[in-house]
Amino acid sequence: MEITLNWYLYLSAILFTMGVIGFLFRRDVIIMLMSIELMLNAVNITLVALSQTMGSPAGQILVFFVMAVAAAEAAIGLALVIAAFRNKLTIDVTEFNLFKY
Amino acid sequence: MAAQILFFVLATVAIAGALGMLVSRNPVNSALWLILNLFCVAGLYLTLNATFIAVIQVLVYAGAIMVLFLFVIMLLNLAALPDVRRFEWRKGVAYVLSMGLLSMLSFVVASSLGVLPEPQSLQAAADSGTANTLAKSLFVEFALPFEMIGILLLAATIGAVMLSKRKPV
Repeated sequence: MEITLNWYLYLSAILFTMGVIGFLFRRDVIIMLMSIELMLNAVNITLVALSQTMGSPAGQILVFFVMAVAAAEAAIGLALVIAAFRNKLTIDVTEFNLFKY
Repeated sequence: MAAQILFFVLATVAIAGALGMLVSRNPVNSALWLILNLFCVAGLYLTLNATFIAVIQVLVYAGAIMVLFLFVIMLLNLAALPDVRRFEWRKGVAYVLSMGLLSMLSFVVASSLGVLPEPQSLQAAADSGTANTLAKSLFVEFALPFEMIGILLLAATIGAVMLSKRKPV
């Protein structure tokens, strides 16, 4: 029994789905942002596994860029959470209904 | 045989970390579970011989991004959200959608088994994951995207400062 590429792809699919479940189920904005990080990580596993199997460094360069975008996204997302918390004193997404009416 | 055991242990702990993040009520516990998951993903990169990406994973994700998350959680002094005991049909739809997504992804992986690329030799894989190889391609072939990602990070920094400085309306 050998570790093949498709095991990494299955693991990545499972982690991505767990990120989607976390994003849809939780009401806590910070945990929703963490679920997005989990989804980005699952995609990174796929990219690194395919890149290392095919012997092309382009996939790993893409992972490097994905990490930079994830860092930017976390910084902006958390700044928005702080700004929203100052207005409503909560981070429950069901309480944020500014655009609803 | 050691490689299989290593993969299974790391994959199991990674999934357990993600599960712990999903079910923890306290945001700090969630962040700590996610850090465990990120370390296991770094270990999985090492089993793929991608040493540079593994180091960057620990430095950027587990080091910088998760510290930012923990810092914000502690800055806002958050408690766990109160439990709502009413039935939410939104969650049923979400469950069906995500299980459909998982079956679709598994179907794609299972049906592409015949067309997956043949693995290269172990030595070539070890060479293509080093910082040396990646730097040659990053600073020559992908030099323009590299500069653009620097501008993106600068814009994100300025945007974060502007957003958190604004006075409440």
